[in-house]
Amino acid sequence: MENIVELRNLTKSYNGKHNAVDHVNLDIPGGRIIGLLGPNGSGKTTIIKMITGLLTPTSGSIMIGNCKPGPATKAHIAYLSEHSALNRNRRIKDALYLHQDFFADFSMDRALNMLENLKIDPNAAVKTLSKGTQEKVNLILVMSRVADLYILDEPIAGVDPAARDYILKTILTNYQERSSILLSTHLISDVENILDDVIFIKEGQILMQTTVENIRETQGKSVDQYFREVFVC
Amino acid sequence: MAWNFDNDRPIYSQLVEILQTQIVSGEYKPGDKLPSVRELAITAAVNPNTMQRAFSELEREGLVSTNRTTGRTVTEDPALISEVRKELASNHVTCFFRKMKELGYTNEEITALTSEAATREENE
Repeated sequence: MENIVELRNLTKSYNGKHNAVDHVNLDIPGGRIIGLLGPNGSGKTTIIKMITGLLTPTSGSIMIGNCKPGPATKAHIAYLSEHSALNRNRRIKDALYLHQDFFADFSMDRALNMLENLKIDPNAAVKTLSKGTQEKVNLILVMSRVADLYILDEPIAGVDPAARDYILKTILTNYQERSSILLSTHLISDVENILDDVIFIKEGQILMQTTVENIRETQGKSVDQYFREVFVC
Repeated sequence: MAWNFDNDRPIYSQLVEILQTQIVSGEYKPGDKLPSVRELAITAAVNPNTMQRAFSELEREGLVSTNRTTGRTVTEDPALISEVRKELASNHVTCFFRKMKELGYTNEEITALTSEAATREENE
């Protein structure tokens, strides 16, 4: 399948001395669920922010389809950032309308359906929601889009294990078969069963890109166990 | 509820075993239509491509067949189902013997222990 995103020699330096992302080459094909895994500060979020156009690379290139990151690519990439997309002083449904205005691929039906499944009232004021519920609403906003690529930065970090299961199910239920999901997390054991591929990243460089099943087959270990070995402190 | 998997081997082969067990035990009966790959992947909380790979394996051994109009159905060949049942049983027995040998039991002792256990089961 054609690549949705191609990164070539992608480098980002925040201070001109040290590379937070260091000559990264990476292809993201269609139809895959990919885990971007690495310790804190390894460059996961920096890579994601460059693909989503929030940061400008110091050098190297990002191609999304035939475009560089910009308004055209943002229309096809649904991004769950580490920051909430919700205005504390508004209601949930205001966020739905805002997303509907911004993104042509946003499906109001899907959003309302997911809210209903989770028993979240769209008329609720954002400031009355718990942190976990806010995370769920943020994810619903992202998964209600019919995008080519879903980029989820730490989608399950702030919710309890039962809600994690529901979120993973929501992700599996709502992505398109031809689209891909790039998911960063340090909660590997919770997500590894839903991944096709894993990318291990360390100090801004890609250490390895392989499939979950390949790690289990060749190492006789889960991705979580293997990660702990590779990144032993 | 997500399915549970061992850490030390591929997920798809464990999916194959779980589905084989569900067919052999009659949870899915001969001729039954199976849920779609996507539905089962969501139930098991696994990657849909991995579930697809498990289905391909079941199709390869003939336990499941795909038809354009009716979808995926369980085989109606009882001989095939009983063959798979024997194979699964034999795997469990092999595994059991290996573990008992690790504990230092001889074949005779193992046989004695299993018949004791069978008697207990009957009396319960």
